[in-house]
Amino acid sequence: MTLWTGLLLASLAVYSWKFIGSLVPSKALDHPRMAQLVSLITVALMSGLIGIQTLITDRQVELDSRLPAVLVAIALTVMRLPFIFVVAVAALVAAGLRFLLGWP
Amino acid sequence: MKKRSGVFSVSFSVGFATGLYGISFGALSEASGLDIWQTCALSLLMFSGGSQFAFIGVLGSGGLAALPTAIASAWLLGVRNGFYAVTMSSILGKLGWRKPVAAQLTIDESTAVALSRDSLEQRRGFWLTGGFVFLFWNAMTLLGAWFGESIGNPSDWGLDAAAAAAFVALVWPRLTESKLRFTAFLSIIFSAFISPYVAVGVPVLLSAVLAVIIWLIPVRRKP
Repeated sequence: MTLWTGLLLASLAVYSWKFIGSLVPSKALDHPRMAQLVSLITVALMSGLIGIQTLITDRQVELDSRLPAVLVAIALTVMRLPFIFVVAVAALVAAGLRFLLGWP
Repeated sequence: MKKRSGVFSVSFSVGFATGLYGISFGALSEASGLDIWQTCALSLLMFSGGSQFAFIGVLGSGGLAALPTAIASAWLLGVRNGFYAVTMSSILGKLGWRKPVAAQLTIDESTAVALSRDSLEQRRGFWLTGGFVFLFWNAMTLLGAWFGESIGNPSDWGLDAAAAAAFVALVWPRLTESKLRFTAFLSIIFSAFISPYVAVGVPVLLSAVLAVIIWLIPVRRKP
């Protein structure tokens, strides 16, 4: 198998999830119990992502500048500040800690 | 400052910030032995960050012999887009010829922005975010593949924290009931805790299994 063949096969494989998921009839979500399941799974996937993006480097837990930045973001979100502001302050906190204090 | 950010500016900033990671991808992909065309084709056709990094990661360490493993890893990491597609298809409604396009744009970011908006803005949020991420991700992939790591590391600019913060701000409005809050909290802890023991990408998928278990727990109502 050449690299190109593998690349196209892998892309098709990744796309297949996206497309098959979109074929599930939306009626399936009409039942409140099913709607709750899909909503729980979505929240779990995204929260799992938050956990990885905040705490993990190369599969190991690494507490660095990301954690204080995300904690600040949570506080600002609870205070209902605008999205852009929350994200910009988080970036600034992490970059600031690294640049000024030399944190990892 | 109580006013919410407009859907256009949220979509644009998510698209731009996510897109900047394309530089890392482009540079790493070149370092893993892919040429510039292959690197750009991956961003255009696979268009799913986690799967793309997994694909080039396996190839980089194992070479062409590892191609089947690389395909399998990319495929496995793509599962969560399938769940997003289920949610999004009920929000997007009838699409006709645009259905396959919407499917390609169904990723973490477009789904998160759509779900964080009120029902009137959900479709716009999805298309705008998907479109902006696609645009910037592919443009930055080309830049990264062309110039390599000399452009700089996104985490020097705090972009790694910004990406996590964006998901925090997008998921928060969804946590309207106690089961959802419990699931979110547990998923964050759980995914980080099991990371050293399983392959990259698997912790997030196992969070979904956790969600199913929580779903099955009956809620006791106080008399």
